[in-house]
Amino acid sequence: MRTVYALSGGVSKFAKARPDKTFQAVIKEAYDAAITDLGLDFRTFTSVVDGSVASYFSDHFSRQLMAGIMAQDYLGLVPKPGHRVEGGGATGGLCFQEAWKSVASGHMDVCVAYGFETMSHVETWKGNEFIALASDVSWDYPVGGFYSGYYAMMVTRHMKEFGTTPEQMAAVSVKNHRNAYHNPYAQKRNRYTIEDVRSAPMVAWPLTRLDICVMSDGAAVTVLASEEGLEKLEAAGAAVTRPLVKVTGIGRGTDAMRMSDRPHVDYETFMRDYATEQEKSSDETRAYYKRLWKHGTRYPGVHSFRAGRTAGNMAYRQAGVGDPLAELDFIELHDAYTSSELQTYEDMGLCLYGEGGEFAASGKAFLPGIDYGLDLPDDPITPVNPSGGLIACGHPVGATGLMQGVFAIWQLQGSIGDHFGDSMLQVADAKRGAIHSHAGTGTYVTVSVLERED
Amino acid sequence: MTKLPDRREETLGGYVVHGVPFPVETDPDALAFLKRMAPLQIEQEYSITYLHSYGQDSPWFAGVTNKTLLASQDPESGYTYATPRGHDMYSGEETSWIDITDRTAKVHAFTVCYFGSEEFLPETPFVLALIEYEGVNTLFLTRIMGLELDDVSLDWIGMEVTPRFLRNSKLKPTDVYFVPA
Repeated sequence: MRTVYALSGGVSKFAKARPDKTFQAVIKEAYDAAITDLGLDFRTFTSVVDGSVASYFSDHFSRQLMAGIMAQDYLGLVPKPGHRVEGGGATGGLCFQEAWKSVASGHMDVCVAYGFETMSHVETWKGNEFIALASDVSWDYPVGGFYSGYYAMMVTRHMKEFGTTPEQMAAVSVKNHRNAYHNPYAQKRNRYTIEDVRSAPMVAWPLTRLDICVMSDGAAVTVLASEEGLEKLEAAGAAVTRPLVKVTGIGRGTDAMRMSDRPHVDYETFMRDYATEQEKSSDETRAYYKRLWKHGTRYPGVHSFRAGRTAGNMAYRQAGVGDPLAELDFIELHDAYTSSELQTYEDMGLCLYGEGGEFAASGKAFLPGIDYGLDLPDDPITPVNPSGGLIACGHPVGATGLMQGVFAIWQLQGSIGDHFGDSMLQVADAKRGAIHSHAGTGTYVTVSVLERED
Repeated sequence: MTKLPDRREETLGGYVVHGVPFPVETDPDALAFLKRMAPLQIEQEYSITYLHSYGQDSPWFAGVTNKTLLASQDPESGYTYATPRGHDMYSGEETSWIDITDRTAKVHAFTVCYFGSEEFLPETPFVLALIEYEGVNTLFLTRIMGLELDDVSLDWIGMEVTPRFLRNSKLKPTDVYFVPA
């Protein structure tokens, strides 16, 4: 596999609705931003780019099949190769990794990954219905298809199993909304308290409206290249930002579409197949998990995302990450729900299974220098969602995973201040970060590790 | 005292409009002005009826119509699925049907939905739950009736429940629901 560089990215500010432009023109906003960041014009970039991967989740939202090719031709990329990927909420993460594969395999030297969603074309409750169609239409959807309900069920089990509290989830909401205050690309730039989150309208107990991301319109683009691609771009006049950012690990996992079908494995199987290397090597951790299993915990059940753990382990192995909390400087994590961010801390090995609630309210995933109005017992270690995440930026599904890629590139370039006009969210001396993309109830999950080249 | 909401509910629908404002002359200034035009939005209806087949899972629906809860079981390992599967995910073998109507059932996880997808909005609030059966390896998604929503509590997890069947079957998984035992 060849080294793959993530050279630039662009985001159209996510909004509740973008009736002013068609989806192709919204994508072009992000595309132009990515090209401009390379110091190239449209024609020159077009002459160098080898092809593309398109990311969008639902044909229902735009009532348009083959929207990908419409974007491809609008961007002037025909007749270059391209294809569409789809995997629910993880579509953007999958797209990023497909572009990585195109470059790593030698199939392309420069590949552009673009993603979008236009969710405003239907009313919110119809949109919820479309999203719920990403659950088994024989068995799950007819019972009351509603993704917020599905995630709420998963977290009630987490609460029962591990003592997690709604206030710990609310700390995630406070953090992400507060971070977003400094991100001009975010939609919801607010200072909330735990009480604000808990007193917001209840959507699906215990999740309130402030625990849940919003459907949005938007697009995001990343440009990936090989060493040869980088040389071609620079020969064409590109002024590629240094230090370079490379993608050093990709991982993916899957799980059964129906939550009800997920296994409840014993301790030995968990330790053999799912434990992180760090967990396997620690006597203390093994003893902790033995106590959990003795107490009745089984894995993953519906309280944990086995796909997330699988993706994380795979990406960490490739990138050589042994202790993610110590070795990742930040994570852009798929926080469609505060509960799923909290659960994902465990999947990604930032803490042990069962400790996600305590971790969420500890301060370890917060940014230094920001007043969250919370009494946080620990100092920040690995900021999670310094951008504000989906909770504050919004979740135009096909664009979201790529937006995370763009923000990660900017963090590692040290260019957050340039792009946001505010350096508050720049993680100091960020050398390595991860992006995490997650589809319906943990069916597809991707983790990609990006690093600054010294 | 009941306070009115701060905002009126937004809905689609309205008058049919024929003709929209447009410059009388298409001179350069008028054409340039079109760049500042607000977008036109139209309503597009989309409706379709699917002939959906339950395929190999059909006997389950026939069962609930006759007040019987079926499950699928791998004949060799005995691994049992509360939500039917035609083939076992571990052995790849075709599963057999077993009757679990009288098995002890408990709430494994739940939520109370106060909002929902458009189709289910009229039914809110409702309790969505995953049920675990004695001796069955996987769960079953269902509704629970008969609970006092003001008493919502994690204590509902582990509560024994019993199935009830709709008298007038709709051939949907909601033909069975559960109530506290």
